[in-house]
Amino acid sequence: MQFPILSVIVFTPLVAALIIFLMNGERKNEIRVTALAAAVFALALSAWVYFSYDQSLAGYQLIEKYDWLPVLGISYHVGVDGMSTPLVLLTGLVMFTGVLISWGIDDRPREFFAFLFLLAGGVFGVFVALDLFMLFFFYEIAVFPMYLLIAIWGWKQTREYAAMKLTLYLFLGSVFALVGALAMYWQVGLNTGIYTFDMLAMEQVGAMAGMVTIFGYSIPFQVFWFLPVFLGFAILGGIFPFHNWSPDGHVAAPTAVSMFHAGVLMKLGAFAALRVGIMLLPEGAHYWQWVILGLATVNVVYGAFIAMIQKDLKYIIGFSSVSHMGLVVLGFATLTREGMVGAGLQMFSHGVMTALFFSAVGMVYDRAHTRQLAELGGMSKPLPWVAVAFIIGGLVSMGMPGFSGFVAEFPIFMGVWKTQWVVAIIASISIVITAAYILIAVRRAFFGELPAQFEGHIHPISVLDKVALVTLCAVMIALGVFPGLMAPLVELGVQNVLRLLGGA
Amino acid sequence: MDFISTHLLTTILFFPVLAALIILFIPGDQIKAIRWTALLSSLVPLGLSVWLWLSFSAGTAGFQFEEQYLWYEAIHSTFHVGVDGLSLTMVLLTTLLTPLAILASFNITDRVKPYMMLFLFLEMGMLGVFMALDLLIFFVFWEIGLVPMYFLINQWGSANRNYASLKFMIYTMGGSLGLLLAIQLLGVLFQTYDLQELTRLWNALPADAVILGLSVSTVKAVAFWAFVIAFAIKVPVWPFHTWLPDAHTEAPTAGSMLLAGVLLKLGAYGFLRLVLPLYPAQSAQFAGALAFLAVMAIIFGAFGSFGQTDFKRLVAYSSINHMGFVLLGIAAAAKAVGTLDATIALDGAVLQMFNHGLSAAGMFFLVGVIYERTHTRDLNKLGGLFPLVPVYGTILVFTSMASLGLPTLNGFVSEFMVVRGSFAILPVYTALAMIGLLMTGAYILKGIKQVLHGPLNEHWAHGEHKLTDINLREIIVMAPLMVLILVIGLWPMWILDVINKAMTMLF
Amino acid sequence: MSVNFLAILPEALMLLLGILILILDPLWKDEKRRLNLGWLTAGGLAAILVASILIGRPGAQSVLAWGGMVRFDMLAYAFKLFFIFAAAITALFMMDVDGISRRAESYVLLLAATIGMSLMASASDLVMLYLAIETTSIPLYVLAGFLLDDKKSTEAGFKYLLFGAMTSAILLYGLSLVYGFGGMTGFDDLAKQFASATPFSMGVLVLLIVGLGFKLSLAPFHFWAPDTYEGAPTPVAGFLSTASKAAGFAVLARLFITTFGSSAEQWQMILAILAVVTMTLGNLVALAQKNIKRLLAYSSISHAGYALMGVIAASTLGITSSVFYMLAYILTNLAAFGIIVAVGKTLGSDDIRAYDGLSRRSPYLALAMLIAFLSLSGMPPFGGFVAKFLVFFAAIQAGWTWLVVVGIINSIIGVYYYLTVMKYVYLYRTEGEDEAAHPILTTRPYLIAISVLTIGVVLVGTFFAPWFGLSTDAAASLFAGLMPK
Repeated sequence: MQFPILSVIVFTPLVAALIIFLMNGERKNEIRVTALAAAVFALALSAWVYFSYDQSLAGYQLIEKYDWLPVLGISYHVGVDGMSTPLVLLTGLVMFTGVLISWGIDDRPREFFAFLFLLAGGVFGVFVALDLFMLFFFYEIAVFPMYLLIAIWGWKQTREYAAMKLTLYLFLGSVFALVGALAMYWQVGLNTGIYTFDMLAMEQVGAMAGMVTIFGYSIPFQVFWFLPVFLGFAILGGIFPFHNWSPDGHVAAPTAVSMFHAGVLMKLGAFAALRVGIMLLPEGAHYWQWVILGLATVNVVYGAFIAMIQKDLKYIIGFSSVSHMGLVVLGFATLTREGMVGAGLQMFSHGVMTALFFSAVGMVYDRAHTRQLAELGGMSKPLPWVAVAFIIGGLVSMGMPGFSGFVAEFPIFMGVWKTQWVVAIIASISIVITAAYILIAVRRAFFGELPAQFEGHIHPISVLDKVALVTLCAVMIALGVFPGLMAPLVELGVQNVLRLLGGA
Repeated sequence: MDFISTHLLTTILFFPVLAALIILFIPGDQIKAIRWTALLSSLVPLGLSVWLWLSFSAGTAGFQFEEQYLWYEAIHSTFHVGVDGLSLTMVLLTTLLTPLAILASFNITDRVKPYMMLFLFLEMGMLGVFMALDLLIFFVFWEIGLVPMYFLINQWGSANRNYASLKFMIYTMGGSLGLLLAIQLLGVLFQTYDLQELTRLWNALPADAVILGLSVSTVKAVAFWAFVIAFAIKVPVWPFHTWLPDAHTEAPTAGSMLLAGVLLKLGAYGFLRLVLPLYPAQSAQFAGALAFLAVMAIIFGAFGSFGQTDFKRLVAYSSINHMGFVLLGIAAAAKAVGTLDATIALDGAVLQMFNHGLSAAGMFFLVGVIYERTHTRDLNKLGGLFPLVPVYGTILVFTSMASLGLPTLNGFVSEFMVVRGSFAILPVYTALAMIGLLMTGAYILKGIKQVLHGPLNEHWAHGEHKLTDINLREIIVMAPLMVLILVIGLWPMWILDVINKAMTMLF
Repeated sequence: MSVNFLAILPEALMLLLGILILILDPLWKDEKRRLNLGWLTAGGLAAILVASILIGRPGAQSVLAWGGMVRFDMLAYAFKLFFIFAAAITALFMMDVDGISRRAESYVLLLAATIGMSLMASASDLVMLYLAIETTSIPLYVLAGFLLDDKKSTEAGFKYLLFGAMTSAILLYGLSLVYGFGGMTGFDDLAKQFASATPFSMGVLVLLIVGLGFKLSLAPFHFWAPDTYEGAPTPVAGFLSTASKAAGFAVLARLFITTFGSSAEQWQMILAILAVVTMTLGNLVALAQKNIKRLLAYSSISHAGYALMGVIAASTLGITSSVFYMLAYILTNLAAFGIIVAVGKTLGSDDIRAYDGLSRRSPYLALAMLIAFLSLSGMPPFGGFVAKFLVFFAAIQAGWTWLVVVGIINSIIGVYYYLTVMKYVYLYRTEGEDEAAHPILTTRPYLIAISVLTIGVVLVGTFFAPWFGLSTDAAASLFAGLMPK
């Protein structure tokens, strides 16, 4: 029997969470080391998955399938395709760096790492799920630890509000999507006679055909259910006008959680919106394409503008995430090969980038105890590594060639050109705005005079921090210089999506 | 050796990166080691480009030393580099100026490591633009070059650097936005970014085809202007020039050298490499407008320069003035492609690019030399310095004369050719440009007078402010520039031959 | 063994256990030994549970026993297992409460109520049904008011009694009308009389729903619940909110599906409206609560609303989902009440503020509470998620999409107040106290109960196939007994 690598990946964090919970809460270093060991293991496995994906075969690979509730067609069914493989790797990376960055957490580290790993397990589960029920199952597992992590270890001033807002938004989205998913289940059963949550079976063309009657109007099934499903998931992707939870959440969350949140969780939303929304309801996607395109455009431009006027370093990045995730959705909404390849890459690139950003900001905040641009300055002298990392993140954010952001955004814009050139021109404004706010933030936080009160109080970052920063930077540069490391893989995933969309 | 000779371009292109990585691992306090590593390693691309120049066969059409690798298959972009006579000249200019700039920066003591690394990255960015034969790769390097320049100005610049660097960045990025969009449009239409392929397909597009619901001519016109604006900002052409005086004024000396010497050429190179081949019809159609902008740049540049009291701003405006001639030549050539006049104008334009690279780099360096000693660039505070610094004075006069266009020095050759070529095609504009040429003399002489001649400002003659003459390192920086200025002035054929053949084959 | 014997096997065993306790009661004078009464009850119930599982399982066919008084089928079987389990856990919790733990009466009353519930689940005759309901209610009235020294407990018992008596009368009136119309008392026979929906059947249904609505604490018949839960000894409140409610569901499902299957459209609509009102009211009022027991009371009201969705769907899957919901809900809510038992005992308060810093006091207790509350709010990998998923699933199949949307919105409100409680547990601190030095005191029976419940909640939420199988069998048996129309 083949080694069940995906299951091992999914359950590594979950089991680690359990083990950590059973450890003595006072022995903090042992807990940290255990967490790091689990994270390294997960990273190694996810890298293995990434490199063992056979591009010549394409399709879903490393599949495992076990009955879960066979009567209802629920199974534990995992596998990866070109879309999810990079995201698994991303999760591994963020988990690894997140643990490194969180080394200094001193208040109940046992609970912190356990919840963090629960979150990670949920995220892995969603990315590899090929069963709709399983996807929801892990989706919710990924959502609720966020509440605790933010509320307990977050920024004192806003954490309670932000944590609750985030949880309610996400829960709202996911349950609406859930209703859609249940409706899809019954529709598939009606049309094919097979009652199953297996997404591979649900992908079959025609499985979702049918009509919904509402208020006397007869609406094609897919058209009716696409919006709740897509938007329900896309809320987690930060889609306008449901993006509001995201910056607040980012700001309130502790560093590692911000990294997870922006780095991975938002991808979860976009990924699920693609998997369930676009891939299972392709007709609906065609029908609502313009709406999604429009919303995503607003995301991109509006997010950038709002980021520009922020005074808090974390809010800047929070809104820039809204803007960048808008690009992901924009890429999906083009329903073209280029757009989706770009969106797939953007998910990875943005994940690494924001992880880097938030870790850098966290390091500054831990030392300066402020994130207000007006109060910061000159941080590059005591914290040169952080400054360089932040700058590299900024360059990625600006879509500077040579970094992963460019490699991702460029195809997205190509896709938009194909679909609607006006949108391309409007959305491109964000590039310049992004450059402006990133450069201003870099300058004001890291250069200029070091305020007197920080003189001598800024202690240098640890080796672990450096390892985390360098890892993330290296990944972004590698992808930017050699897009061939990932693009072909994503393209394979996209081909499947396009096949479902009708070979467009 | 075999590897290098088959991968000559990529070696030249990426050697600076390798050097930067080596510097990364030298401890930051080993300033001397870093300086010398940077300098020596920047000499390697220079040596290799001389080799490239020597083994280049000028008479052969098309691109030479081509290399092509898979890069971004998903959007059909390949890493495709190659050189023809035009790019070869620019590569040589870049690899020549970089070591000089690095040598000129030996007086930098603040954070030498990142400084040198940024310079090397900058060199790579510039070289990449000149070598790229793939539109996407072109854009990649085009943008990459911005980053080191931004940080060089922002970190090592003078008082107003924040404003200037951000303006520089936003102007250029804003300008490249249109370029980016137009490039994407091309990529989407033809599913390739290969320059030669694109040129063929784009020009073969039937005139009655419909793109994005618009007629081909409309789309082409819009795309043409998107390209033109991006390059015009970089050149910079009036009225997009306002970033330049600020950037130059605030940049460190070596930064200004490369900015004026090479970065401005990127814009002009873009016109020659992309705009003219991709949009021959539009170029001809809008040649008048381009010529108008060029003349305005020449005149306003000259007048603007004349009006300055800041030595560095004076030189900066002179760049606008000189680059105007490049654009004038290009506009003339665009109007009458293929004629002898056009070729002469083009030859002149390209040579002017090279020449301006030499003289502007030299001028900025000399401004830097005096600034470093006096800590002022205000012309009113200088004056009568010739007796104090005779060697410096001589060199300054020499370089200024090249800039002014004195016969026997290089500036004369190129400007004469531009005017000679474009007069037949755009007589009115060329005649107007003469006003600018006149003013060139005026502002150069004003600059020399206010610095070297006139009543001596006693402040610099005695005590702690006593001016010291140019030192050996600085002379070594200037020497290659002066030699080339003189050589091209006396015997331009060695380089004109390459340029001319390239231009004849290109257009 | 005969069907008649197997049909009442658990009830008979529980009766024996009760007698045994009464016999031992005067023998064990020593205060220490008297705690063994609790062990005996819990252990005995566990043994009965095992015995029922081993030999008491009915076949696929649903059989009438005792002259048509009770039905021996999977539905009754499943619910009986739930009740016995809940009673065993409650007995363990009761051992932790002063004033109850060493009294034989309390355990016997618990057993009596459980016997009543078991009969409710299997009752197949109007008379039997009413007797069973009263057998359940009367011991519970006493248990709720058991702490005579405690004014609140007395008030709780009395309030429960008054409301119970009144709704009992209404129910009885409804049952008598049914009898008057049909002339028979057996559920199956009556089904023939109610073969079509009439205004009369509507009236009868309303009366029955009022009567059962009290048991289920459906709004607007829920008024007793918060006061009773708040005042009653906590384990009893837990038992009331879980087993007693489940018994109501068993009756509701059996009576409405078998006897009133033909007038389904009538009661479906009434129940749907009640479900909406119940969920919404329960959740909204819960938002404002400052006392944890009242909060759980309102939350349990709202849960009845969700569970009702399965019955409203009136399909095999619907009943399955309701049965499953009850299972998950019993585990979860018992756990929640169980934690309150310990915290209330150590800190002497049921105010939410008392939970400040619980995670520092007792991390594992906090974790158990987290699991219980997350399960209540419907998060995986806990039972509550799967349960909610299934009722929504069934409701959508039956075309009640709008009801599901209402349910969803409600569950979001639920998430809000459940998480708010967790904020106290994990985030807030008790002023001027080193919580870690003052853990919550727990006893062995208590730890056993909480561990079993916590593991159960996770098991039901992850390996749900066997539980789902049990629920499906239960639902299927209900429909198997139906007369072909």
